[in-house]
Amino acid sequence: MKQALDLSYNKYSDVSFEEKERLMEEMKADDRWHHILYGCYECGICVAACPSARFYDFSPRIIAQAAAREDADLLYTLMNDSVWDCSQCFSCDRCPRQNSPGQIITVMREVAVKNGLKTAKEALEGYGRIIYKIMATGSQVSPDMLQPNAFPDWGGHVKEISDNLDVWRKALPPETLHTTETGWYVTDKTIIELYLIWHMTGVMDLIKGVDEGLHMILVDVMEERLEEAGYDDVNFD
Amino acid sequence: MIHLPVLKAVDREFEAKPEEAPKEDIREAVLQLEKEGEWIVPRVPEPFMEVKTKFGRTKKIPVEKTWHHKSCGQCGHIPGYSTSIFWLNRAFGLDYHDPTDQTSCTAWNYYASATSNPEAQAAVAMRNFAAAHEVGYFPIIHCGTSFGHYKEVRQALVHQHDLRRKVKKIMEKLGKPLVMPEEIVHYSEWVMAMKDRIAERQVIDMSHITATVHPACHYHKLVEEDAVYDSEIYGAQRTAIVTGTLQALGINVGDYSTWFDCCGFGFRHILVSRDFSRSFAVQRKIEVMIDEVKPDITVTHDTGCVTTLDQSQFAAKAHGKKVGLPVLADSQVAALAMGAHPYKVLQLHWHNTDNKAFLRKIGIDVEKTWAEFEAETEKIKRGEKQFLTWEDAEK
Repeated sequence: MKQALDLSYNKYSDVSFEEKERLMEEMKADDRWHHILYGCYECGICVAACPSARFYDFSPRIIAQAAAREDADLLYTLMNDSVWDCSQCFSCDRCPRQNSPGQIITVMREVAVKNGLKTAKEALEGYGRIIYKIMATGSQVSPDMLQPNAFPDWGGHVKEISDNLDVWRKALPPETLHTTETGWYVTDKTIIELYLIWHMTGVMDLIKGVDEGLHMILVDVMEERLEEAGYDDVNFD
Repeated sequence: MIHLPVLKAVDREFEAKPEEAPKEDIREAVLQLEKEGEWIVPRVPEPFMEVKTKFGRTKKIPVEKTWHHKSCGQCGHIPGYSTSIFWLNRAFGLDYHDPTDQTSCTAWNYYASATSNPEAQAAVAMRNFAAAHEVGYFPIIHCGTSFGHYKEVRQALVHQHDLRRKVKKIMEKLGKPLVMPEEIVHYSEWVMAMKDRIAERQVIDMSHITATVHPACHYHKLVEEDAVYDSEIYGAQRTAIVTGTLQALGINVGDYSTWFDCCGFGFRHILVSRDFSRSFAVQRKIEVMIDEVKPDITVTHDTGCVTTLDQSQFAAKAHGKKVGLPVLADSQVAALAMGAHPYKVLQLHWHNTDNKAFLRKIGIDVEKTWAEFEAETEKIKRGEKQFLTWEDAEK
């Protein structure tokens, strides 16, 4: 169990109030902000429905309140110490005020990542291989990720799959599923189009913010394949 | 742990009135934007089926000409889930397309890490929809998160002109039109709409089976007005998805107090913080189901839910928790009822929690069917055949 959430005023006193306000303004500038936050009745329905609130010192109500009050100091604390506990299940969308605390958190996480907050990097520690997979192959998880050392709590069953992976994948009737590195066969053209989307939407800058080493590896992989496909002018830096 | 009593609206008939719905029908705005030349709206191919959604609106479900937007988690870790969906289509002789010009929706990563943005997410969705349109098939979404996320993307693209303009520009650079399907359809809606046809072809009696149902959060909580409801099921007080399918197969569906709770997946948690996922899945779902219902199986309709509920039981067993409840997807149960092979089609060896007692209870010879599967894998190992084919699986 994590330690209790410390919400005392100016907990992050090393960060200026102006910086906290700047980050809050970045959240408010998101096009979704005014569709996901209308105020707060303080009824607690979101907390009652929230899975994370049962296991962590976590409250979607506090996050919605801090956002509604535009409490830049508290929002900064929550952005660092709380938002990564959210399960993103959106059970909190039951809010009678029509708030979506889950989506407020999505926006706060995005701002945290975009600004390279240390706590965002910590929350995503060990997650790099997943980001690599999704960005490079367009698939979040793949058969070859089922390795005993990655899922020790899933038991010997994972080793059995890992040991038989090649044959068991060939023993799948759909022809598209005879793969181990991706969930299904994806054409080269599809992957190139995905890389172009990452390029045009600035997503790689977000990756750089949380993991510079991973960013370099991804850029190498993507630029090489793009060049092979005739996109010599696409540069991620 | 305190369990709340299950509240049922037995003495009140809920009458859904679409004209009084508190939420807009986004599909009207989608068609209006088509008239304004903003995008192409492929129609649900005829003949289609119809289901009712939360506020009594009608939703069209295609029978065939479906473009199967696969799930990375299903295909990667529980491939019998998607194989069963395809098997059902084949069993009915339906025309479907299993594309290779498809990426995942990438929303699992977005909800887990926020290392993306709305523009990229919408562009990924629209690229996939355009790919379906190019080959003349209608998208049907296998993953609950992809389904919920694409509906959020649809709302954002309708209401945010600037986002629509940016994504249109990206599509132009990819040489693709902006395409928004008339309906966004989850495969479990197709299974439910097909339930009577499936029941007609049922060869395995399941009337002595009790199941619990876990409705996936991203199916019925994200853009809730689009989820399937039925006045005959739970008095339309919650989504009828999966429950309607199982009841049509004669399965007794038991109610339990934590039905609204999520499975514990958590997106980032299942990958890098699984202590939460395990605890929640076991303590708030599996143990409650066993305590209150004593089911033979629990059935759900999403990638993350099958994974979390199934895989989390292993470690909990070591702690003496009440576990051992097999977890299946509705497509697997439907295929099994129609006689699909438990290992060649359902691929149950990829699941973790022991399901042999359930299989034996419905009269399946576990040893024999496993030996049949192993005979096929031996042929692959010896190089006598390259793959297990559909013909092998349908023998």
